Amino acid sequence: MIAEVPNVTLPRLFQISRAVKETHDTFTFELKPLDGGEFTFKPGQFNMVYQFGVGEIPVSISGDPLKKTSIIHTIRAVGGVTKAMRKLKKGDVLGIRGPYGTDWPVLRASGHDVAIVAGGIGLAPLRPVIYHVLANREKYGKVILLYGSRTPLDILFMKEIEKWRARLDTEVAVTVDRASGAWRGNVGVVTTLISKAHFDPAKTMAMVCGPEIMMRFTVQEFITRGVLKDKIYMSMERNMKCAVGFCGHCQWGSNFICKDGPVFRYDTIHDLLMQREM
Amino acid sequence: MENLESVLKEHAFLSDFPDELLPVIVGCASNVRYDTEQFIFHESEEAKKVYLIRAGKVAVEIFVPGRGHVVIETLEAGDVLGWSWLVPPYYWHFDARVVEPTRAIALDGECLRKKCEENHEMGYQLLKRFFTVLSSRLQATRLQLMDVYGAKADW
Repeated sequence: MIAEVPNVTLPRLFQISRAVKETHDTFTFELKPLDGGEFTFKPGQFNMVYQFGVGEIPVSISGDPLKKTSIIHTIRAVGGVTKAMRKLKKGDVLGIRGPYGTDWPVLRASGHDVAIVAGGIGLAPLRPVIYHVLANREKYGKVILLYGSRTPLDILFMKEIEKWRARLDTEVAVTVDRASGAWRGNVGVVTTLISKAHFDPAKTMAMVCGPEIMMRFTVQEFITRGVLKDKIYMSMERNMKCAVGFCGHCQWGSNFICKDGPVFRYDTIHDLLMQREM
Repeated sequence: MENLESVLKEHAFLSDFPDELLPVIVGCASNVRYDTEQFIFHESEEAKKVYLIRAGKVAVEIFVPGRGHVVIETLEAGDVLGWSWLVPPYYWHFDARVVEPTRAIALDGECLRKKCEENHEMGYQLLKRFFTVLSSRLQATRLQLMDVYGAKADW
């Protein structure tokens, strides 16, 4: 008897059921499977999203892991494929492979304070963590979200951030790198928020996603505050192609980001982070 | 009742300052409050004070012709506003505008400089803390300059 092996390179067809412009260069698609089935994923995982005739790209899942009838992807238009995708509308069809990769430690974080630090589009892969933690709020200590963006116009999910900020059981701070006098919020890099956040370093699980330099500075701030290195997680980004550890495009030392990541525990990658040209 | 010494001790900047030296600083301190949109100081004015912010929010900004007020950073409770009082010729390089009603302890710069000269241990303790603030501001500025959220990937 021959066992049926799933074809990992075969995309499943999804239709865009909602397209939202988030900022001048970032958009969100809600996608529903054409086969009517479900889609499950863990916070932090990504899909390979294929626009037929254009190309395939890795995109983190930014939706609620409890909602199994659709997928949410938030995409920044920075290259050929993403700029073409931005032109798609409700009803258009994309191919999806996934979910792939490792997930944020939402279960291990149970009983801990949770400190989430996001920079720029890095909020998208962390939003499923926020959904999960808020849906299971009683399992966690303090919940802190610190978000940094380039300018006020680049802030993602502003309405949701306001809702999270309005809750009495969360601490939310947003800052931008540059602003005019009309902006009433914080100005300064996101790392400056860490020293003021109210969490107990000895029992904090930190999750960080953003540009690599921002993550390295953020990790240093957490370590300065006393958070243990094995309780700091970060999501790495490299040029992922096959997403299953075959092609080697995203090889990083002995790791394949697509398979062994994108979410890594800091103490396991510290040495690699310090290696140049990796 | 809260006195200035206990208020100073509660501030993050001086929380671990030696108890025996704190009364020396109290002699230079006063309580101040500012309303929204009020300027605490302007660029090129004489830098007479340093402010330990207790509550509120202050924008450190500069006016750029054609662009208006550009905010460099915002400071909140626990932060220190101003170090130009330390560096001759003691003039502010930026404006400080109140974004949210602000309470602070103002320390007189000339008074502090005099006491630092008279009491080097106090001077060392104070400058050590200012150096930490300056170092973290420099790090933050470097990160800000890198514009890390600029577009990078090409897919």
